[in-house]
Amino acid sequence: MKALFAMLAPDRQADRQADRVVPPSGPTAWLTSFTAGAMAFLAVFALALSLASGRLADRWAGALDRTATVRLSAPQDQMDAQTAAVLEVLATTPGVASARAMTDDEQRALLAPWFGPDLPIESLPLPRLIELTEASPGYDGEGLRLRLAAEAPAAVLDDHTRWRRPLAVAAARLRLLGLLSIALIATATAAMITLAANSALSANAQVIKVLRLVGARDSYIARAFVRRFTLRALTGAAVGTVLGMIGVALLPSTDAAGGFLTGLGFQGAGWLLPLTLPPLAGAVAFLATRASAFAKLKELT
Amino acid sequence: MIAFENVAYSYGGGELLSDITLRLAPGSFHFLTGPSGAGKSTFLKLCYAELLPTSGNITLFDRNVRDLARDDVALTRRRIGVVHQDCQFLDHLPLAPNVALPLTVAGRASAAADLTDLLGWVGLGHLADALPPSLSGGERQRAALARAIIMGPDVVLADEPTGNLDWEMSLRLLTLLIELNRMGKTVLIATHDLNLIRQAKSQLAARVLRISKRRIQLAGADL
Repeated sequence: MKALFAMLAPDRQADRQADRVVPPSGPTAWLTSFTAGAMAFLAVFALALSLASGRLADRWAGALDRTATVRLSAPQDQMDAQTAAVLEVLATTPGVASARAMTDDEQRALLAPWFGPDLPIESLPLPRLIELTEASPGYDGEGLRLRLAAEAPAAVLDDHTRWRRPLAVAAARLRLLGLLSIALIATATAAMITLAANSALSANAQVIKVLRLVGARDSYIARAFVRRFTLRALTGAAVGTVLGMIGVALLPSTDAAGGFLTGLGFQGAGWLLPLTLPPLAGAVAFLATRASAFAKLKELT
Repeated sequence: MIAFENVAYSYGGGELLSDITLRLAPGSFHFLTGPSGAGKSTFLKLCYAELLPTSGNITLFDRNVRDLARDDVALTRRRIGVVHQDCQFLDHLPLAPNVALPLTVAGRASAAADLTDLLGWVGLGHLADALPPSLSGGERQRAALARAIIMGPDVVLADEPTGNLDWEMSLRLLTLLIELNRMGKTVLIATHDLNLIRQAKSQLAARVLRISKRRIQLAGADL
């Protein structure tokens, strides 16, 4: 890294001279800038996806983690008595902050997406749902189940584990996918820049030969190419990052989009994270070009 | 300074140079002659470590070339000025920075006045801003000589430096090389121009080496 920062220092006369002895790179330079820009643009979205899925995982896990449901499937004539019994058990259970039976309207609202708003809920043998909110520290699930079995045999405790686990796994995998995408983008960027650097070095084989003949060290020749490609990658990635951030900022808002897209983007200090992409692209270009240049120089002279 | 000990060099399965033992002493002036394809350019390339011997040992400034790392080779070449047969330049740079290239790559600043003096010495002061492709053969040869000596090397090697020049220009270049030798530089010129050799021998004690049948011999005094 020290070498990278030293090389990018704008007032180094030796670097400027090294720049001049190598002719302009032509298309390979544009290819580098374009590649870095496109990859940074994609990386911004991958980063946004990763952060959003992280938040989603936290939100899902958090929401489900603090609540549980007791489902009471008792005969209609025993429903009120067992509901009262369950509420009584919950009220005396350590770790349960609150508990309440859902109203018919709330249950109707839950079923509305599948059966419509006019469901005659009174005429259906629907179970009673009792929502409980967990305190910190939480309750003893196994002990609560035993107590419910004794007081209200028709009550089943659902602590949302079977819902929470796949959701958390899915969100965690989404986050991993985002990070993997960033790694792949960095690798692809390195590969493209290596190809471009190799092409530029091959195209300048005669220049390199002359430089070696007049006593230039490999590090001097490599510096000219490395500095050029690093700066171009840095510039391209900066443009790509800004465009990507504008793209993310223009995504539909949470309220308008809803669903899965909810929260896809950056929040608060998260907006600073994409700003690490241009230096990262510069570092990738620096390492890729440097390795490529030294290998190619040995091959050429 | 430059010493060969039982050196052989093979290329493409055939031996081009064989059993060469010689030493270029400091301040000496040598010509290297021989028919085209005899291996004159190869011998020069061995002298500045562009090629490595197939067998035997070459010592440059008391170091065996086989022991030189790539950076060492670069540093060694800063002590050896080479005038190449094809006068390789960086075509995108004007003449002045091309001539100053050895200083540039060594990280040494060239005083503009010194560079102007040097270009004037080789008669190219008015072409400092010209691009190499616009120069004539003679101008390129003189520019190559200026580039070869700008670092103040201990040794100057010239590969057919008068190959593309008329007689008048050849004499001018020879005069420059003789002046360098009188300054204490070791000079080795590969050429098949016998008139040039005779002209030089009339001015200084130059030794003439001849490549024949893959070996280097001291040429006859009738040159």
